[in-house]
Amino acid sequence: MTETLKICDLHVSVEGKPILKGVNLTLNRGEVHALMGPNGSGKSTLGLALMGHPRYEVTSGSVELNGEDLLEMEVHERARAGLFMAFQRPMSIPGVKMADFLRHASTNVRNPDRKEGEDLIPMREFRKELKSKMDQLKMDTQFARRYVNEGFSGGEMKRAEILQLAMLRPKFAILDETDSGLDADAVRLASTSIAEIGGAEMGILIITHHERLLEHNRPDYTHVMLGGRIVETGGAELAAELHKEGYGRIRHEHPEAAAENESMEEETTASS
Amino acid sequence: MATDTKAEHEDLGFEDINKYDFRNEEKYIFKSRKGLDADIVSEISAMKKEPEWMRDFRLRSLDIFNSKPMPNWGGNINIDFQDIYYYIKPSDRQGHSWDDVPAEIKDTFDKLGIPEAEKKYLAGVKAQYESEVVYGSLQEDLEKQGVIFTDTDSAVREYPDLVQEYFAKVIPPEDNKFAALNSAVWSGGSFIYVPPGVKIEFPLQAYFRINAESMGQFERTLIIVDEGAQVHYVEGCTAPKYTTESLHSAVVEIMVKKGGRCRYTTIQNWANNIYNLVTKRAVAYRDATMEWVDGNLGSQLTMKYPAVYMMEPGARGEILSIAFANKGQHQDAGAKVVHAAPDTSSLIVSKSISRGGGRSSYRGLVKVEDGAKNSKSSVVCDALILDPISRSDTYPYIEVEEDEVTIGHEASVSRINEEQLFYLMSRGLSEPEASTMIVNGFVEPLVKELPMEYAVEMNRLIQLQMEGSVG
Ligand SMILES: Nc1ncnc2c1ncn2[C@@H]1O[C@H](COP(=O)(O)OP(=O)(O)OP(=O)(O)O)[C@@H](O)[C@H]1O
Ligand SMILES: [Mg+2]
Repeated sequence: MTETLKICDLHVSVEGKPILKGVNLTLNRGEVHALMGPNGSGKSTLGLALMGHPRYEVTSGSVELNGEDLLEMEVHERARAGLFMAFQRPMSIPGVKMADFLRHASTNVRNPDRKEGEDLIPMREFRKELKSKMDQLKMDTQFARRYVNEGFSGGEMKRAEILQLAMLRPKFAILDETDSGLDADAVRLASTSIAEIGGAEMGILIITHHERLLEHNRPDYTHVMLGGRIVETGGAELAAELHKEGYGRIRHEHPEAAAENESMEEETTASS
Repeated sequence: MATDTKAEHEDLGFEDINKYDFRNEEKYIFKSRKGLDADIVSEISAMKKEPEWMRDFRLRSLDIFNSKPMPNWGGNINIDFQDIYYYIKPSDRQGHSWDDVPAEIKDTFDKLGIPEAEKKYLAGVKAQYESEVVYGSLQEDLEKQGVIFTDTDSAVREYPDLVQEYFAKVIPPEDNKFAALNSAVWSGGSFIYVPPGVKIEFPLQAYFRINAESMGQFERTLIIVDEGAQVHYVEGCTAPKYTTESLHSAVVEIMVKKGGRCRYTTIQNWANNIYNLVTKRAVAYRDATMEWVDGNLGSQLTMKYPAVYMMEPGARGEILSIAFANKGQHQDAGAKVVHAAPDTSSLIVSKSISRGGGRSSYRGLVKVEDGAKNSKSSVVCDALILDPISRSDTYPYIEVEEDEVTIGHEASVSRINEEQLFYLMSRGLSEPEASTMIVNGFVEPLVKELPMEYAVEMNRLIQLQMEGSVG
């Protein structure tokens, strides 16, 4: 049986304001999906709602992860069930060392039934694995001693997110603009590493405004989000078209969604 | 690479305490009757075979105690001074058998993975074990360098001149009501003298003094760091101290002479019925540095404000403190620095955590006396409040009589950040685990100042506080 993340007619509000207005998407393990769309169309909102961010309220719809109701699970249960999101804006946690954090995270995700206070992955074993993953990502090992995302440059943060992906080896990964902030070499490295980590093992949803990440992770499907809905789905060629031509055609063909996208953006700019 | 020393330390399993053979000591040798009066104070002095000056000092202190009103600030103190045993001969106190130690205390010891020597010390159990050998060789090494490290009772007998010269000079009994009480009935505590130029490389730890009186409720510690000398004293009481009494009132006096350096580290975790009212003060002379590192957990009320008086140019004082106020607890902790000479500098960093209805207060005084030009002082206090029923207050007092000074004060109050919690949980950490990690991160800048084993214990203690299994 293929493992599946199945999103049906998902509606999400933030502070009472509807953002997602009926999203449908089925992601099978082993597939790569690209999620594109103009700023403010709701891409990050979809990822955060799937991960269970407390401020993103699901008002209707359903999400199943291998037949189980994802929306019933707490955030950490979702992670332990195999869902991962590399964030567009990762949080820094002062005073908490990367190594400590990764050791707790890896232990929990690998032993989903673990209770607080139970043993962590043995230090030696963990250290060896972490070092090899960091080498692979060309990350200086001193990052393990730094506090989580504290004072990291934009690119370093994104690399740290990929390191977490590599350590946690989820079944389904949402990568939210993991390429932004990376220099040209780093994007290439990220692109190949994600392909290596993922391979046929993961279902990946790549949210991006660029082409590079898709180079080594050729999308089986490309979805375009506009005004809180997926308005078009195609293959890799759709991603290529959008990169070259922009969203003019999409807006033209979906005037209603385009209008909603604009009104959402206006509200945000007006309120900020 | 990832030298995550804390995590690494977790792998070191400490041996199970029950394997050790504890001797049952006699029940008690001497116990004064309950209450406080001149007869009892004289009796204590006589039991200890003290010189006359000490007995007179105690009696004078008792008068001062009686004449002083209770402090009307800080926390609520509700103590019946006549309902307390003021002196129990150590062989009684230390003579508890392991069986007498309450199960939850033992349990906590086990969870903490406290070194076996310290467990017994903490539990007030006197036992035979190998560390005496370690202690012996340490003692020998120190003696060769002229260092004195003993309990204060023994010091009064063995080094009368030294004690008489310095005792109660930094904190006279007139200072405050509880200092007067301690002066009248004190017992135990550490006495340290470090001769000129001697730098002790390893921390001196209270629990090395296993043969001495150490569990006193009215400890009296006196440390003299002579010119150019250096010492780090650690009083690790990281598991709930097992005492049946409800009042702990210690006095710690420290003198750091020219170019000397002293760090005093304490982690205390008291049972929840305890009033912990402690006076700690150091004087630092020319180019000397005094550092207090202070962690307070447990107790019903703690009032503790380690102080540094900078008496001569170039002196420096640092006070780093962590307080965790849980259910039913009030941590009124802080710091006091007095700049009495030019070119002196001080740093106060205070971190407090309140949870389950606990209350933590930072109370600090920065005083710059007239003429203390170019003094610099910086105060940073951060409070973390974990739930809506808990509380945190800040009482910063600044008295400056000099113009050419630089004084900085920053304070922050925060709650656990929802975004941080979400981030950690999205990586598989449960909510309690994630909160604990954030709290440990919050105190990390101070915890990393602790000797490694104490840093490990501090993190575990916080974990236990967060689980609610302590307190
Ligand atoms: N936490 C929030 N508080 C208020 N508004 C929000 C919040 N999160 C999202 N929104 C709003 O929802 C809309 C969709 O935002 P979202 O971040 O999902 O867009 P996006 O497609 O990821 O855009 P981008 O390409 O710029 O990253 C925007 O109008 C945004 O302002
Ligand atoms: Mg986004």
